Amino acid sequence: MSMAAGSRPSRRGPATGIAGWPATVLTGCGLAAVLVVAAVAVFALLLQAGGGEIAGISTYYLGKVLAFTLWQALLSVLLTLLAAIPATRALARQPHFPGRSWLLQLCALPMVMPTIVGIFGVVAVFGGSGYLTAAATAFGSDWRPHIYGLPGILIAHVFFNLPLAIRLLLPAYAAVPAESWRLAAQLGMRGRDVFRFIEMPLLRQQLPGIAIIVFMLCFTTFAVALTLGGGPAATTLEVAIYQALRFDFDLGLGAMLALLQVVLCAGGAWTVWRTGREMAMGSVTRLIIRRYDGASNASRLVDYSLILLVSLFLALPMAALVQKGLSGLHAAASVASLSKAALISMALGLSGGAVATLCGYLLAQARQSLMLLGHRRMAMLIGLAGRLGLFVSPMVIGTGIFLAASGRIDLYDLAVPGVILLNAVMALPFVLGLLEPAMATAAERHDKLCAALGIKGWHRWREIDWPTLRRPLGSAFAFASVIAMGDLGAIALFGSQDLTNLTLLLYGQLGAYRLDGAASTALLLLALTLATYAILERWVGGRELH
Amino acid sequence: MQLRDLLLSTLLATAAIPAAWADEKPVLTVYTYNSFTSEWGPGPVLEKAFEATCACDINWVALEDGAALLARLKLEGKNTKADVVLGLDTNLTAEAKATGLFAPHGTDVSALKLPITWADADFVPYDWGYFAFVYDSEKLKDPPKSLADLVDGKDGPKVLLEDPRTSTPGLGLVMWMGEVYGEKAAAAWAGLKPKILTVSKGWSEAYGLFTQGEAPLVLSYTTSPAYHQIVEKTDRYKALVFPEGNYMQVEVAGAIAGSAHADLAKSFLAFLISPEAQKVIPTTNYMYPVRDIGADLPPEFTALPVPEKSLLLPADEAAKHRDDWIKTWVEAVSQ
Repeated sequence: MSMAAGSRPSRRGPATGIAGWPATVLTGCGLAAVLVVAAVAVFALLLQAGGGEIAGISTYYLGKVLAFTLWQALLSVLLTLLAAIPATRALARQPHFPGRSWLLQLCALPMVMPTIVGIFGVVAVFGGSGYLTAAATAFGSDWRPHIYGLPGILIAHVFFNLPLAIRLLLPAYAAVPAESWRLAAQLGMRGRDVFRFIEMPLLRQQLPGIAIIVFMLCFTTFAVALTLGGGPAATTLEVAIYQALRFDFDLGLGAMLALLQVVLCAGGAWTVWRTGREMAMGSVTRLIIRRYDGASNASRLVDYSLILLVSLFLALPMAALVQKGLSGLHAAASVASLSKAALISMALGLSGGAVATLCGYLLAQARQSLMLLGHRRMAMLIGLAGRLGLFVSPMVIGTGIFLAASGRIDLYDLAVPGVILLNAVMALPFVLGLLEPAMATAAERHDKLCAALGIKGWHRWREIDWPTLRRPLGSAFAFASVIAMGDLGAIALFGSQDLTNLTLLLYGQLGAYRLDGAASTALLLLALTLATYAILERWVGGRELH
Repeated sequence: MQLRDLLLSTLLATAAIPAAWADEKPVLTVYTYNSFTSEWGPGPVLEKAFEATCACDINWVALEDGAALLARLKLEGKNTKADVVLGLDTNLTAEAKATGLFAPHGTDVSALKLPITWADADFVPYDWGYFAFVYDSEKLKDPPKSLADLVDGKDGPKVLLEDPRTSTPGLGLVMWMGEVYGEKAAAAWAGLKPKILTVSKGWSEAYGLFTQGEAPLVLSYTTSPAYHQIVEKTDRYKALVFPEGNYMQVEVAGAIAGSAHADLAKSFLAFLISPEAQKVIPTTNYMYPVRDIGADLPPEFTALPVPEKSLLLPADEAAKHRDDWIKTWVEAVSQ
């Protein structure tokens, strides 16, 4: 007995202090600490440079801005989730239909689309002279959609975020053990019971994380809210931050507003997480799993109608962009500049994606180990630190970096690593969104077994972790890479003439009246994204396990 | 393995890109905005022409817009890498001057031809234009005849505007309304409000929605139609000049005091207003040149409508009114 106890791996032993923590936890904590310290330093610098005195902003105005920002973000999240749940369910229930994998890859596109391109796509369908109007005219009706105002903001936000929510939710559906479905079928469970006993707990685990990401993206929205919102009544907090930092150069006010944003977002995230439930499901993570409840004609009809509806909603704006891109080919940029920009997009995207995936893996692993050690709150803090890129206004990050470097470091010479790192920080929340649940599940399945068998270190990684985590890691890498590929903020910050990616090229064209050429640049960006995403997910993630 | 190789090689490839300025020629760093240095903008042509004579290299740092330029300068202060800053407009020059970073340009501007007399000692104007409402003549047969017509007209056409808090044309319109309506600007904005389709973040969004056919009117420049005539060979888009006058935008450049290349910077400013550089401006930036370039001005530009009255607030007055007038705008238009 005593010998057996002595040979028990220390990993599972009770934690006594930081010194006893495994190296993975320390690395992850270190990384999280770097992120937090950087964020704190940025705010401190801004407040200090602002001279401590903050010009008055009318509380009435601020209140109105805050109320609108919250309201539109909440509505957007609600709509996105309301659409995502049935759509993902339909996709999970119908694992085999032609075009399914295309539809899933299509879901990666809105994420990388430069906002302005997405806006043009949405307007081309839902705008006053868009497809809908054309369809109405063809049927002899003079009905015209009027989207400017809240409807336009919501349509665009759902367009940008619904695919993201589906992509994040679908792996969770697939993680339900095949046995559960078999059991449900044997017990003759109806749709309502299946929802209550299998899907509901699953959603309770998954939705909070997804809701936070979508909420944050809509909360910090800017161009969408202004352009489709119809006027200054649709002012979000980010507009006020932009105005303070860019036009008024009131660093103190900008920092205060951005701090308000961080507090609101982090507070929201914390609350949502507390209501969420941790649930680990032993299973192979794969996107296709046999279910027995989608086979009846009625459920097929419902599912396929839903899938068709979602596909149309996502594909029509993209079809409009493809059409514009093709008809703009005559005005396209030279092959030389397009291919150079495409190469730069690819190189920066893959590097940013790789850094984000590595950091995400380290953070998620530390979080997982902390959970096992019983430090639940600490684990949540790590998760929060990894999501700082979502909470902190990009304007503030950019300003802070230049403020910190001023006179000390020549940032213009560090454009390449700077862009890669910034993009990695921005993509990190999405990587975590994919990796955290997958690693929780994997840990639940393998930790005890590995501990009992004494499998650890590189051996464990190669034999156990890599085969199970390969797929989510592949998805995370693909996702992070395409997010970095579509970057505008980081690359525009450094303004290096030799570093023009496709997004920057596109903005250059738009600013010089070249709208047709810009449309074909957008088409190239989308095609490149689709290819990169599909290849990485297949290549790194391996084939679907059947 | 393959993946690692690919990652390594892409990393190396990107890291090698900025190694361009390794030779020994002096490097003149010019901060400007993105569309100026794009392959359709004036940047590449001007760079080639200037480098042919200066025995130097131009290093562009291209930021988002004029406001971003000023913010960056204020951030960097005396440590700025810039030798020349190009792309501010007169709404921003008072603030730019207040940073104390700019040196007198020391260039002879007497030969310049602008609707106003240029007296600024620090900044050299390099192009200018009039803000104007541009309309789609296929959709709008009876465009507004005056600013008053646009503001007061019942059931007037929908118009696309830019936000003055985030864009320079938006700020230009606020100045325009302020100068024409003065104290009564709030009422005028309220009159315009029902006709505003939307207010976008920047010019690109608004102009893109306009060419997509979302509204028949957009806030742009009198010179915008010249682009469509020269490049797209169409007369479809036309600019409106108003009897109240159209507000001007004058884009300027300035040299940084204490720059290591002060002489080079000054000769760049002089080059910028030389006939050689000025004849590039119309068909790249689609703005008017600041000197008479004779036959080098494309006929499409000479045929553009010209307002009888040019409006432009002096830089210090523009700076003084800016905050109040933007506040008036926000309050009137968000009702």
